[in-house]
Amino acid sequence: MFDTLTDKLSGVFRSLSGRGRISEENIRESMREVRTALLEADVNLKVVNEFTEHVITKALGQEVIHSLQPGQLMVKIVYDELVNLMGPVDTRIYFVQPGPTVIMMCGLQGSGKTTTCGKLAMMLKGRGMNPMLAAVDLQRPAAVAQLRTLGEQVGVPVYADDSKIGEHGNVPRGAAVAVSRAAIAEAKKTGRDVVILDTAGRLAIDEELMAELRDVNEQAKPHQIYLVLDAMTGQDAVESARRFNEQLELDGLILTKFDSDTRGGALLSAKMVTGKPVKFLGVGEKLDRLEEFRPEGMAQRILGMGDIVGLVSEAMEKFDQEEQAKLQEKMEKGTFTLDDFMSQMTQIKRLGPMSKVIGMIPGMDQLTKQFGQGEGEIEGQMGRMKAIYDSMNRKERANPDSLDGPRRRRIARGAGVDVQEVGQFMKQFEMSRSMMRAVGGMGMLGKLKLMKGLMGGGLAGLGQPGGPMIKTKKSGWQAPKDRNKKKKRR
Amino acid sequence: MGFFSKSFDKLKGALKKTADVLNTDVRTLFVPGRQIDDAWLDEFESKFIRGDIGVKRVEELKGAIREQWRLGKIRNANEAEEIVRKKLLSFFPAEDRELHFVPSGPTVILVAGINGAGKTTSISKLAWLLKNEYQKKVMVCASDTFRAAAVDQLTIWAERIGVEIVKHKMGSDPAAVAYDACEAAKARNIDVLIVDTAGRLHTQDHLMRELTKIRDVVAKRIEGAPQVSMLVLDATSGQNAIAQAQHFTKAININGIFLAKLDGTAKGGVVVAIRDQLGIPIKFMGLGETPQDIETFDPERFITALFGEKEPTAK
Repeated sequence: MFDTLTDKLSGVFRSLSGRGRISEENIRESMREVRTALLEADVNLKVVNEFTEHVITKALGQEVIHSLQPGQLMVKIVYDELVNLMGPVDTRIYFVQPGPTVIMMCGLQGSGKTTTCGKLAMMLKGRGMNPMLAAVDLQRPAAVAQLRTLGEQVGVPVYADDSKIGEHGNVPRGAAVAVSRAAIAEAKKTGRDVVILDTAGRLAIDEELMAELRDVNEQAKPHQIYLVLDAMTGQDAVESARRFNEQLELDGLILTKFDSDTRGGALLSAKMVTGKPVKFLGVGEKLDRLEEFRPEGMAQRILGMGDIVGLVSEAMEKFDQEEQAKLQEKMEKGTFTLDDFMSQMTQIKRLGPMSKVIGMIPGMDQLTKQFGQGEGEIEGQMGRMKAIYDSMNRKERANPDSLDGPRRRRIARGAGVDVQEVGQFMKQFEMSRSMMRAVGGMGMLGKLKLMKGLMGGGLAGLGQPGGPMIKTKKSGWQAPKDRNKKKKRR
Repeated sequence: MGFFSKSFDKLKGALKKTADVLNTDVRTLFVPGRQIDDAWLDEFESKFIRGDIGVKRVEELKGAIREQWRLGKIRNANEAEEIVRKKLLSFFPAEDRELHFVPSGPTVILVAGINGAGKTTSISKLAWLLKNEYQKKVMVCASDTFRAAAVDQLTIWAERIGVEIVKHKMGSDPAAVAYDACEAAKARNIDVLIVDTAGRLHTQDHLMRELTKIRDVVAKRIEGAPQVSMLVLDATSGQNAIAQAQHFTKAININGIFLAKLDGTAKGGVVVAIRDQLGIPIKFMGLGETPQDIETFDPERFITALFGEKEPTAK
């Protein structure tokens, strides 16, 4: 499901980039896929609708219609907007002077409050603070014992009052407030600078328990209130977050269980509806697995896009745009030479190991898996092609059609490969040359699409020498005509 | 059974509460006489997507209604209701959702799920139900030896409900606890043994293998066990629950789902996809904090309660 979705999304953008002209209708069409992607990622419907409208407006404003590379621009707008929505990033905890700073944790049952309390205590301790944990969850069986154990594990004192514990619905009103206050007093006495209140899990529609939280808020006056939310939450995330925020005025969000394969749309929903920053992410069972939130990468995760943005920007960085345009012109005229072919391969090598490059393309992870020992294979093949090229004389490079049997045999000997491989190499060059003419007008994403299509088709033969994979690279990228020229320019 | 009709009111109450609070009551959609038009279809979409049924399924439903509407076969919203109801019901084919007990020797229920799904609380409900409604001799096994105080939590429940418990120290081998529990259950003529396991994310392969090991140990000690491998799902979870069900099925061949926390503002609609795609029956629903807040899953009632006030058709 995940992969097809990824494919679909990037497919729309690719098809957009393949077209000469883009209309408002095309943009709306592409956003429909984005919308589905976001909904599949459990982003709240209302948030999704607002988001897509916003992006459409923005896309029209940025004149995607007149852009030469509309697909790319759309990806960029969607991505930027998502990152925007997740910001502004503020992962600081605000401490008061004099202490102790009181932090209250709240959330639904099973969201991971108690564990997160332990993690937060450990993080603060690591920063040279002296935190204290307070067991304000008086109703879940053994919640107090759990916090005590965590306190021991991280070496942080735990304030608890076992006499206040009761069954669900039988905890006397005021008990939570009393424990909180006593904990704060204890912290003052013992010189602790942070008190973390672990409150009981509750439904946001549970009037009684929400009243308890309000009481703690009003009477123990925590300085920071964090909502702990399960990253796997569905459409309900927005509802819970909104209600907690209405009643308590949250200061931040902590999303847990992000080490799962959830796309994590809950993060975006909760952020949007509360307007409160995401502070931390829980990314593992161990107590040191609490990370400060960074929106980079989160946008791709929610969209299920792979790292296509990273790939595009990396490619942009490493390819000279003007040179590229010149090469494009050249290609359209059909004067793509063997020299261009090879220099292009060098360009691609610059992007890093092939397995990494391929991995950045959505939907390609499966293919990388198929490679098995892929990395070496691809590089090895590129190496052999370089050897073949190096074994040719200048005349032969300039006029590949002149390669007859004896010449091929000589080249094969020189390169240490089979004669057939030389033939394969020439065939690939031939194919890429004709492809280059066709590709001429495409944007980067269009080329990626072509590249991917070719990869998919060509993989079976990949293990064999001279298999059809190399052509993918040529079609995928245009390199500056030659590197000397590039140097001169600089 | 009296228990069921009583608890049905509970489910309806819980869902009604949700509907009231959320103002997502679908009844406003299906008011008799309300005309179907594009605005209506949009409202339909948004209300059903909020139930976590999944965007694809909602679009399917919407498409079905639109087609009928375009063909002129239906005009009113209440006619659409029938289509939706039938379609939703079709995702839950008739199947056996009852618990079955082996004639002799303990029946074993192995309970698993991700962290915080509500395993321990759900076990307390099952234990209560089996002891009080089925008159069974129940034992629970504390194989969650990982999470801090998990054993204590289960011990408290066992005491409150009045069932036996087998436990080791925290940090000990969960499979070893299961081994001992199986032996104890046989020796003490226990009818049903419920094995609690540590919460684990379905993406952590080593923990999933640990779960398989627990299952294998149980299977070795008691022939044919575990008869039930139950996955506890949090009703608030979104589409990721499908991935959870897939992975847990791979590890221990899940054959029943306990849908926990249905008393909140979430509707647990993802089980529609799970039943439809994976063919795993939904067996129970958790509707509150106390052990009594449990109901066997009945799709007709689930959907009816989801829809609003109409009484379920006679059974």
